[in-house]
Amino acid sequence: MSGATKKDSQAADAVPAPRSGDDHAFLSVRNLSVHFDTDDGLVKSVDGVSFDLEAGQTLGIVGESGSGKSVTSLGIMGLHTSERARIGGEIWLDGEELIGSGPERVRKLRGQKMAMIFQDPLSALHPYYSIGAQIVEAHRVHNKVDKKTARKRAIEMLDRVGIPEPHRRYEDYPHQFSGGMRQRAMIAMALVNNPQLLIADEPTTALDVTVQAQILDLIRDLQKEFGSAVVMITHDLGVVAEIADSLLVMYAGRCIERGTAEKVFYEPQHPYTWGLLGSMPRIDREQTERLIPVKGSPPSLINVPSGCAFHPRCPYADVPPDNITRTERPELQQVSDGHYSACHMSREQRERIWTEEIAPKL
Amino acid sequence: MTRPPARRRTAVAAYIIRRVFAAVLLLLVVSAVTFAIFFLVPRLGGQTLDSMAAQYVGKSPDPDVIAAVKKNLGLDQPLYLQYWHFIKGIVVGAEYQFGPDPVTCNAPCFGYSFKTHTEIWPQLVDRIPVTLSLAVGAAVIWVISGVAIGVVSALKRGSFFDRISMGVALAGVSLPMFFTGLVVLALFGNGEYVPFTDDPVAWASSLVLPWCTLALLYSALYARLTRAGMLETMGEDYIRTARAKGLKERKVVVKHGLRSALTPLVTIFGMDFALLLGGAVITERVFSFQGLGAFAIQGVTTADLPKVMGVTLVAAFFIVICNLLVDLVYAAIDPRVRLS
Ligand SMILES: Nc1ncnc2c1ncn2[C@@H]1O[C@H](COP(=O)(O)OP(=O)(O)O)[C@@H](O)[C@H]1O
Ligand code: SF4
Ligand SMILES: [Mg+2]
Repeated sequence: MSGATKKDSQAADAVPAPRSGDDHAFLSVRNLSVHFDTDDGLVKSVDGVSFDLEAGQTLGIVGESGSGKSVTSLGIMGLHTSERARIGGEIWLDGEELIGSGPERVRKLRGQKMAMIFQDPLSALHPYYSIGAQIVEAHRVHNKVDKKTARKRAIEMLDRVGIPEPHRRYEDYPHQFSGGMRQRAMIAMALVNNPQLLIADEPTTALDVTVQAQILDLIRDLQKEFGSAVVMITHDLGVVAEIADSLLVMYAGRCIERGTAEKVFYEPQHPYTWGLLGSMPRIDREQTERLIPVKGSPPSLINVPSGCAFHPRCPYADVPPDNITRTERPELQQVSDGHYSACHMSREQRERIWTEEIAPKL
Repeated sequence: MTRPPARRRTAVAAYIIRRVFAAVLLLLVVSAVTFAIFFLVPRLGGQTLDSMAAQYVGKSPDPDVIAAVKKNLGLDQPLYLQYWHFIKGIVVGAEYQFGPDPVTCNAPCFGYSFKTHTEIWPQLVDRIPVTLSLAVGAAVIWVISGVAIGVVSALKRGSFFDRISMGVALAGVSLPMFFTGLVVLALFGNGEYVPFTDDPVAWASSLVLPWCTLALLYSALYARLTRAGMLETMGEDYIRTARAKGLKERKVVVKHGLRSALTPLVTIFGMDFALLLGGAVITERVFSFQGLGAFAIQGVTTADLPKVMGVTLVAAFFIVICNLLVDLVYAAIDPRVRLS
């Protein structure tokens, strides 16, 4: 891993006991919780999520909408500005804890060391400022350069993300760009300061199917070129399966399965992940042949179901004995090296169901 | 920065030309409608030409005078000709054969009062500065204070400041002008209007009370509008993007938030201001200022139609001009307007 020596020297004083005597990963999230104090009650949007991401690697976060993916990523960026947000846990970025450090410190890291792109590039770009001006602004917040230099840099970035005639398009306003081009411009803006961490929150959800693959390819290429760590958020497992090194599956604000992309995708150990796989569009199969996707709708985050939050929708809720799925919350258990799942079924039961009932239908 | 590319400059020029052209057209339409209201509608209402002519002179007029007025105004001519004479009068002036000597009404002739034997335009010209002074000063006060209070209230929603200022704003919106004006009068007394060109300091001090009285109402309204606008904009995705860039919160609020929040206010301000320019009727009345509003009231109470029509036309003119300015300001603010 690059920068290992720097990290080692920091570890001595700045990093308290992390994962079993080891150093912190480049991005290390520990027991992150984000709750919102609303008039209806406490919304537990994120409730104890942990993961590690090494420099230059890609983590995919998947889950239905409302499972807390965006709230998690905004939490990392320090973008929960609402006074009603209650944030707990630890976020370590390159050896520095973010939740405990002041907002001014996190502001300096935003856009510089960590950057984010959003789901809907049209609403994420300011309608009154030209694309170029918005990229220049992002560059000049963190770099003391004159306008001319910043402009050159912005045009270079536009060129890099594949905007044709970047000199001319620099002057254009967001409404003059197509959806895919806007997302490219957002990417140019996010990467203008060479951030080491890029969070992409459903970057292709609002785009045409034809454009989606191009944008994903672009992010992958740029990641290789810039060597940034990427958190790729999506509700579509298929999108991340091939570009992520590891996957994290979220349900009702918690992580219910996590591991290498390989393991989670090919040997999933949680009924909810099976459901997500089943609802993936597959070009090589007929619609009717596909496994029925997850039935029912996501639970309330104010009154999260008791025990396993997934139990009202889980077809296997009665497999574990003594009604335990409804009374006791399953914790993440290691299934194999680096592969964790939170389900009361025994490993044998899960493997049998997966190989005999689920996998053949996918 | 760099010069905008040629295609953009043509698009903007085309937009401006379109708006100006539309404004000129609108002025013609508005003058025609005003004309129709004063000359056609009474006919439709069953008035005879004689009774209409009678309105332009004293209460118990003699038939000769009525006949003269009728002829001078061309009431017996077809309407399009009357309108034509009316427009012509504005451009080159008019002459009325009234009694032994002809009376001239110099261009721009906005009518002639046969009751007071005076031209309307010079009287309007006398009164426009009064109303303009009132409106401009009050507008400066209410925009600055309203927007500032609104922004702070929005950013500190639910705070003590927010509650107090919105409470006061609600009271400000609900209090009738007569009441606040009279209270101010009782507390501070009244001053005479002093023209700006005579003595700017005396001008300002003669206007402070009316300004504040007038501004209180609008300031309250604008504070509420700004607050609502800011609350909405600060929840927009692009505000999140601005923060994600690492911009300082002040810059996020002013450059990215306020600019969008104020856009809808431009239209409202244009209309409020334009309506005031047509005469701050109540304020002028309360503070005994001889502005356009007072002139219109005088015209109505003495049934002197040319006066009322003169003020109406000036007011309509201000509204059209302000509308044009609003359009241009909008285009300057929002590229989606000027480049489509
Ligand atoms: N500021 C907020 N106040 C209250 N609830 C919120 C807030 N932001 C998000 N939530 C709730 O948190 C849950 C998770 O949202 P989100 O992270 O956006 O889901 P997704 O996985 O689709 O990105 C949703 O139920 C949402 O309503
Ligand atoms: S714990 Fe029970 S309800 Fe939850 S996923 Fe496993 S089997 Fe289903
Ligand atoms: Mg989301």
